[in-house]
Amino acid sequence: MLYLLVSIPFIGALLVYPATERLRLPPSLVAGLMALSALVLLLFIGFPVYSGAVLLSRAEWIPQIGLSFSFRLDGLGLLFAELILGIGVLVVLYARYYLTELEAGPRFYAFLLLFMGAMLGLVLSENLLLMMVFWELTSLASFLLIGFRRHTSEARQGARLALFVTGGGGFALLAAVLIMGQIVGSYELSDVLASGRLVADHHLYPLVLVLFLIGVGTKSAQFPFHFWLPHAMAAPTPVSAYLHSATMVKAGIFLLGRFFPVLAGSELWFYMVSGMGLSTLLLGAYLALFQHDLKGLLAYSTISHLGLITLLFGLGTPLGEIAAIFHVINHAVFKASLFMAAGIIDHESGTRDMRKLNGLFKYMPHTAALAMVAAAAMAGVPLLNGFLSKEMFFGETLVLKWLVEAQWHWLFPMAATVAGIFAVAYSLRFIHDVFFNGEPVNLPKTPHEPPRWMKVPVEVLVVLCIGVGVFPNFTVRPLLESAAAAVLQQPLPEFSLSIWHGFNTPLVMSLVAMGGGAILYSGRKWLFRAHDRIPFQISGKQWAESLVESIFQLGEMVDRLLDSRSLRRYSFFLLAIVVAAGAVSLWGESFPAAKALTPVTIPVVIGGLLLGAGSIATAVWHGKRLLAVIMLSIVGLMTALLFAYFSAPDLAMTQLLVEIASVILVLLAMYFLPQLTPPESSRIRLARDITLGVIAGIGVAILSYSMLVQPLDSISSYYLSQSKPGGGGTNVVNVILVDFRGFDTLGEVTVLGIAAVGIVAMIGGLKIWGPEKDWLGRSWAGDRHPVLLTTVSKLILPFALIVSAYLFLRGHNYPGGGFIAGLVTGVALTLQYIASGSDRARQRLPWDNLKLVGAGILIATGTGLGSWVFGFPFLTTTFAYVTLPIVGKFEIASAMLFDLGVYLAVVGTVLLILAGMGGLHQREENV
Amino acid sequence: MLSVVISIAMVLLGIALLLNAWRLFRGPDATDRILALDTLYINSAALIILYGVDIGRADFFAAALLIALFGFVSTMALAKFLLRGDIIE
Repeated sequence: MLYLLVSIPFIGALLVYPATERLRLPPSLVAGLMALSALVLLLFIGFPVYSGAVLLSRAEWIPQIGLSFSFRLDGLGLLFAELILGIGVLVVLYARYYLTELEAGPRFYAFLLLFMGAMLGLVLSENLLLMMVFWELTSLASFLLIGFRRHTSEARQGARLALFVTGGGGFALLAAVLIMGQIVGSYELSDVLASGRLVADHHLYPLVLVLFLIGVGTKSAQFPFHFWLPHAMAAPTPVSAYLHSATMVKAGIFLLGRFFPVLAGSELWFYMVSGMGLSTLLLGAYLALFQHDLKGLLAYSTISHLGLITLLFGLGTPLGEIAAIFHVINHAVFKASLFMAAGIIDHESGTRDMRKLNGLFKYMPHTAALAMVAAAAMAGVPLLNGFLSKEMFFGETLVLKWLVEAQWHWLFPMAATVAGIFAVAYSLRFIHDVFFNGEPVNLPKTPHEPPRWMKVPVEVLVVLCIGVGVFPNFTVRPLLESAAAAVLQQPLPEFSLSIWHGFNTPLVMSLVAMGGGAILYSGRKWLFRAHDRIPFQISGKQWAESLVESIFQLGEMVDRLLDSRSLRRYSFFLLAIVVAAGAVSLWGESFPAAKALTPVTIPVVIGGLLLGAGSIATAVWHGKRLLAVIMLSIVGLMTALLFAYFSAPDLAMTQLLVEIASVILVLLAMYFLPQLTPPESSRIRLARDITLGVIAGIGVAILSYSMLVQPLDSISSYYLSQSKPGGGGTNVVNVILVDFRGFDTLGEVTVLGIAAVGIVAMIGGLKIWGPEKDWLGRSWAGDRHPVLLTTVSKLILPFALIVSAYLFLRGHNYPGGGFIAGLVTGVALTLQYIASGSDRARQRLPWDNLKLVGAGILIATGTGLGSWVFGFPFLTTTFAYVTLPIVGKFEIASAMLFDLGVYLAVVGTVLLILAGMGGLHQREENV
Repeated sequence: MLSVVISIAMVLLGIALLLNAWRLFRGPDATDRILALDTLYINSAALIILYGVDIGRADFFAAALLIALFGFVSTMALAKFLLRGDIIE
């Protein structure tokens, strides 16, 4: 059930596009139905959780690293899941009216559902590594949503900043989770929670805590990582309402709750967490007052409230933790409604600037009433939900276990009251500045009430504010109790949720906050001037951007230091280091000849001489490029001959074919390049390079010699003996390729395909003018396709294809196989291109080579997957003997199908590259 | 008897290879070298066949077959390059 629950949003994200395109359904309807069905399912299966049950689903994923696909639904997860899905449904409805027709496309809803699924997975994960996966996914989805209006630079910058900060925090959190998992010995949350004080007493605890808090602080916008959140307000308002008030920024808070039993309760926890929370609370509240942008005010107030919750968790007391969870609920409800109200105001009046927005009550009394109730809840006015949790907060700051002795135990209640004063002041500003305070100034539009259904989500949330505020015990208590119990992992202390606790200190603090806030707001004009005069404005955004910038600069500097863009220097350093390393490790070694060397015969001498001479000639004549190519051909041919001589016919054939293809390739490229390379190295450098080359050559010779004289017991004897019984073929080379090491071959073929696609992508559409005369100034010959050549190559094609088929079919038992057969076909077809020209050849060979490569890889992979169907590991092969008339008894191996995939991929790649290079030439008739 | 013939033939082919190489390295013209390379391919095919006959294995036939079939492709590509520059038009 939990799997179904978590997968519903993801399925929805996949469905939005096809449903919109094919079925012509509005994307908001699809998204809304998905979110609603998930919510209903959650309420249904979550019922036993209220009485303390914990639902678990588990499946192994990669047990070797402790990663399992397991989910858990307990009180805390239930609370967050309800927030995510409940507010999610409302946001979908709201976005339907908020976004323009163009924006509200499937893209938006797909991102929103993706985020919803990531968030749901995060709060329901039982496995810590799985949780990290979802954690990163929320960062990514948030990036996509913030940058949704990708044509504006604020959106792009805000998205990048958010990703940079939360992504970096995710990295720290991953480290914390890994260490924690190592200490506990399991990544399952149940085990971690059951480990008691194990982590807190470990000597790595401080490190874990710091890393953990970086993760939490970045996600939940805690000081000093808070700066990304205001910039994330570039997102469309439904996104801000959803991600940046109700859900994603609460992910860090969620973790504080989740790991509360494991990490909390130490002095370090208290100082770090409550310190972070306290500074965030004050800073956010202070800055919120000075924002002129409606959403900016809400963003900083969100930061401040998140700080409040963090502070409550930091206190480490059971009651503080209950208050924290209570405030999570309350804040999500009133802040989401406020964001939606701000969105309505923006939508209907065309601006969010509070200096222009005044007196809107006349124009939209309904919306104004809703927003005022929600803002009052934010200020902590009695009879609303914000009051209750704020009261608990004030109460908790008075009884601090760690500070009772200290001289400055008055600091926390004091700071709490100050933050309360500011909260009242900015809430007042939201109400008074926008809805009263004279007439609007230069509004782009005349404001009016929004469409009926746009207000419904706000109404629902505001009703919740009042419902919780007036009847807390009926509405929220069961949910709160089950969540708090899940956090504490022990019986809850008594706590009372009521509006009237008698005339006590928290009430006095509330009253002071109310009064102080009103006074502060009335003095706002003076305050704004004072604030503007503060000479330094710390911009976290600039700081982060310059950090990124300097990282790039550092990278470029290192790059400049190391990279001289000279191929010769690369190879010089590479060779020098290899020679040095080899010399160090081989110094003083002797190689006793334990095995006799094969006697030297005349063919080997001749072949070796030609090989050496060809290599040297290539190097000497490298400036005359055509000559160098010819010399290189000798080397290739001689290598093939030597392979054949030393009984490696498969290698010989491959080498021959690759040699031919390479000559064609080099010539194709050379046409566009200068034919002569000017001599460019001084004599000293030449001498230096030659010396290094000779030393390296001697080194390789020594190494080869030492290998040859060692009695080597390699794995080859195993392959030789197992080839027939295990793989059903007598050609060991081919059996290794398609069977024993089939997985390697699959990888290689895939790489081949990727390379081909890369080349196509690089030269696609590229046209280059070729030289008009050759390098000696002679005109080119007039005959493009000499008749003799065309005729011969046409004659050759059927023979070549027969040879190819022959090599392919017998490959399992005799030299040949899919790779060689593919090369034969590829070269034979390339020959047609050379002889008859691209246009004609393309007419005759009309298939898409790219698809050929893809088909080959798919067939090879499919063969591998096929063995799963029969319950064997990936790429297990099988074979059988079949007897047919005429042909006689022969053997069919499933590996042959795999080989067919290899064949197709090779043919496709050869043609893609060679024919692609051949099409580069810009000719007059095509211009 | 056969082994003697094969030995003689191989020596002769070896000499042929060396002579090919001489033309290859000497030139003087690119055409000379390309022709020499072509001949080198043909001689190689012959050498492989002979060697296969000598040690009595048929595996080598395929390699010689490939040289016979495609040995001229390099030659042709090089010649086309000399003539037209652009080998796939």
